[in-house]
Amino acid sequence: MSTTIEQPRQFCTLGGQQSVVAIERAVPIVHGGPGCSNKLFGGMAFFNGFQGSGYAGGNAVAGTNSCEKDIVFGGEARLREVIDGALKVMDGDLFVVLTGCTADLVGDDTATVVSEYRERGVPIVHASTGGFKRNNYHGHELVVEAIIDQYLEPAPQIIPNLVNVWSVLPYQDTFWAGNLQAIRQLLEGLGLQANILFGHDSGGIDAWKKVPAAAFNIVLSPWTGLSIAKKLEQRFGTPYLHYPVLPIGAVETSQFLRVVGDFAQLQNKDVDRYIEKQEAYFYHYLDRSADFFMEMRWDLPARFINISDSFYSLGISRFLVNELGLKPGRQFITDNPPEEYREVLAGQFAKLAEKVSAEVTFTHDGGEIGSALRRETFDQPPLIIGTSWDRDLAKQIGGYHLSIALPITDRLVLDRAYVGYAGGLRLVEDIYAAVLITY
Amino acid sequence: MALVNLANSNIQTREQRLGSIISYEGNAADLAQLSRDGQLRDRTRSFTQISSCASSCAICLLSLIQDAAVVNHAPLGCAADFSMFNLVNRYGQFKRGISPANAHLVSSNLTETDAVFGGIAKLEQAVRDAHTRFNPKAIFITASCASAITGEDIDAVSDSLEIELGIPVVTVHCEGFRSKVWTTGFDVAYHAILRKIVKPPQTKRPELINIITFWGDDVFTELFSKLGLVANFIVPFSNIEQISRLSESGATVQMCSTLGTYLAAGLESIHGVPEIKAPPPYGLAGTDAWLRALGRVVHKETEVEALISSERAAIADELSELRKELKGLTGYVAAGSVHGHSLASVLRELGMNVAGGCFWHHDPKFDNEDPKADSLEHLVKSYGDFPVSICNKQSYEVVNQLRRFKPDVFIVRHPGMAVWGGKLGIPTFLVEDEHFGLAYRGLLRFGRKIVDAVNNPSFYQHLAKHTRLPYTDWWLRQGSTTFLGAEE
Repeated sequence: MSTTIEQPRQFCTLGGQQSVVAIERAVPIVHGGPGCSNKLFGGMAFFNGFQGSGYAGGNAVAGTNSCEKDIVFGGEARLREVIDGALKVMDGDLFVVLTGCTADLVGDDTATVVSEYRERGVPIVHASTGGFKRNNYHGHELVVEAIIDQYLEPAPQIIPNLVNVWSVLPYQDTFWAGNLQAIRQLLEGLGLQANILFGHDSGGIDAWKKVPAAAFNIVLSPWTGLSIAKKLEQRFGTPYLHYPVLPIGAVETSQFLRVVGDFAQLQNKDVDRYIEKQEAYFYHYLDRSADFFMEMRWDLPARFINISDSFYSLGISRFLVNELGLKPGRQFITDNPPEEYREVLAGQFAKLAEKVSAEVTFTHDGGEIGSALRRETFDQPPLIIGTSWDRDLAKQIGGYHLSIALPITDRLVLDRAYVGYAGGLRLVEDIYAAVLITY
Repeated sequence: MALVNLANSNIQTREQRLGSIISYEGNAADLAQLSRDGQLRDRTRSFTQISSCASSCAICLLSLIQDAAVVNHAPLGCAADFSMFNLVNRYGQFKRGISPANAHLVSSNLTETDAVFGGIAKLEQAVRDAHTRFNPKAIFITASCASAITGEDIDAVSDSLEIELGIPVVTVHCEGFRSKVWTTGFDVAYHAILRKIVKPPQTKRPELINIITFWGDDVFTELFSKLGLVANFIVPFSNIEQISRLSESGATVQMCSTLGTYLAAGLESIHGVPEIKAPPPYGLAGTDAWLRALGRVVHKETEVEALISSERAAIADELSELRKELKGLTGYVAAGSVHGHSLASVLRELGMNVAGGCFWHHDPKFDNEDPKADSLEHLVKSYGDFPVSICNKQSYEVVNQLRRFKPDVFIVRHPGMAVWGGKLGIPTFLVEDEHFGLAYRGLLRFGRKIVDAVNNPSFYQHLAKHTRLPYTDWWLRQGSTTFLGAEE
């Protein structure tokens, strides 16, 4: 397998800066070269559904813009200057210093510099996110873990029904804002209080301060965020529930809610009542448009092919198989999951339904994905559910195409969600819009 | 001229070659004078927001060459701007009637292991993959902070793979930390082109005029056809064969010396292609001077005078209407150096006031060292003085100034900065097409655009009412130079 990456769909550790931007009134400070932060803003936010600067992102991010002098003589003094200025200029509740390749390669002691401020009572933490280390899925975890380790204090008492949600990555998931809101609404539907921590109206540092007070954590994710939950269990003794499938549509969402209900020891009848109402809503629309599904699916994608991270590839595959009755082609997982999770993930695709399985390839190289798919033959046009990179590929193999993952430059994304009951309906609408617009 | 040393894969940065600065606050006339006298010194800035780096500028230009490929030898985050250049590529292809296709870009994806043990094998693999996948006519390898700090010998890879693959393989030294001025990235990209792509002339094509530009609409072909000249746009949307013959052209013109200074001077010094030394072709005075300078070099003085008269006559009535409509309005301009001077000229030509200008850096001279190309001095002489600040996209300073100057319209050339005008409720637009206000007819286009922007400000008004700036009240009460320190 080649080590080359064409058409990147994830970036470096420093991409964790976008998780900071997603926390209300948090201010990122990047200790790195002059271009890193701006490139990552472009790749993760702007050219990804045209998510914008937000509050303190984009060109508002404070940064040291390390130059040759800082490489040769060290950049700690420059970092102090920039933190000093940021504390005066930037109106923030939490400051997060993130390092780039330069600072980490030359060995600046960023942790010590930042801890000096913390000792003076400044709400500031540091994450060592030198780009060469790992990808931005880990960068996200490093940012969260830095806040847990360096900022949070044990809670005097647990707030019953309070649940922290660790799920899709801010900005990396183009639909994160809508998805997290949708997850909150679902959990609230069960009577829980969901602490989603990122995005509009998520509560900023007050919400983060409540993290240790949660009754439990939910990791709604194939693998990202598990290390966060384990850290919280270790540090504050908070139990966690790991539900590895992003719930899209009625079947998966209802199952998710039942598992949560059991874990939280909620009354079955309350959970059932909520699920019943939501399912009635969801199936009303499928039922109303059943004519379409009977009559207009003659050019239905014969096979769907996901090219996306493990959140979406697994979540969408299960939705399309178990709800819409579609058949999967080969699936590509692009978030480079650590080895220890790959077998489990592949196993989930091997048993999507009783008689339905899909082969999985772990790669984030668009070149490899393209050459694999160009070798295949399709009886009818396949549907590629991937990124804007994949438009040319879809055309080459005569398929339909929908962008749902980074980078998205052929759609504007505001608050759309694919998670939950309503999210499933949105995905069905978008998939068939992608098919119908072809004619 | 000692400017271009083709034996060396690297060149000096802008600050080393030209004395470029990124910090200044004062007025345009003083800045021009200090530049001319060689007295300009940069100042330190203690608090900074993130800037941009040379790597983006280099990758942008090179990835838009239609039959080349770019290999970024870096961790994957340095490839986060690939999707931007891909969209620029597809949009440009669409506008030119070419079927949109993905740009030819790969990353060697340096990781922690490579930082310790070296990533040369991955670079070789990436270059070979780029060759197999795209069948390019040339491959450019762009360096990164990480590849430089770990001491990767990219030049050795370029040299050996060039022989193996039989196409030019060229190192581009665009490491982010090397220069505080991101436009150094243009210079190193052009240096790569001059070193290994441009060939000595086989013939001379005096009618062909090299136009160093980005991706703007073609406003030159028609203009030049009236002079019997042919427009040769470089380097975005050109190809390697076309670039290899740049030495055969009759002259090189630029719409922005910030972009083209090194290539224009290099083509003249190495291959004798005359560079047209003139202010940029924006505003009547600049366009007249630019055309006359071109006319002198290509011996078309009479044709140029006729063209100037007819173009001026063609726009006279509407220009006068626009001037009436825009009279009394103030604009604030934020853009990369010379293009900022051009936008300010356009506003003044349209009868507007320029409340101020913020330029991302300033070059006190260009590589041709010719005062006739001094766009700032031209601007001051033609249209008068105005307040100027130089900052490398420091949005906290720009917000501070916009609140102070309260312009009627904010005009920006660089992604990521327009939003701050909008959040303040100021009608704001981004000049995506750098040719939009160019020459005579561009004045009219630009004027109509401003009229549209100021006549329906509803979007900006609502935005301002419902947004919250990330800046403290303390900062918004300070002068914008608070964090500028001593001269370096």
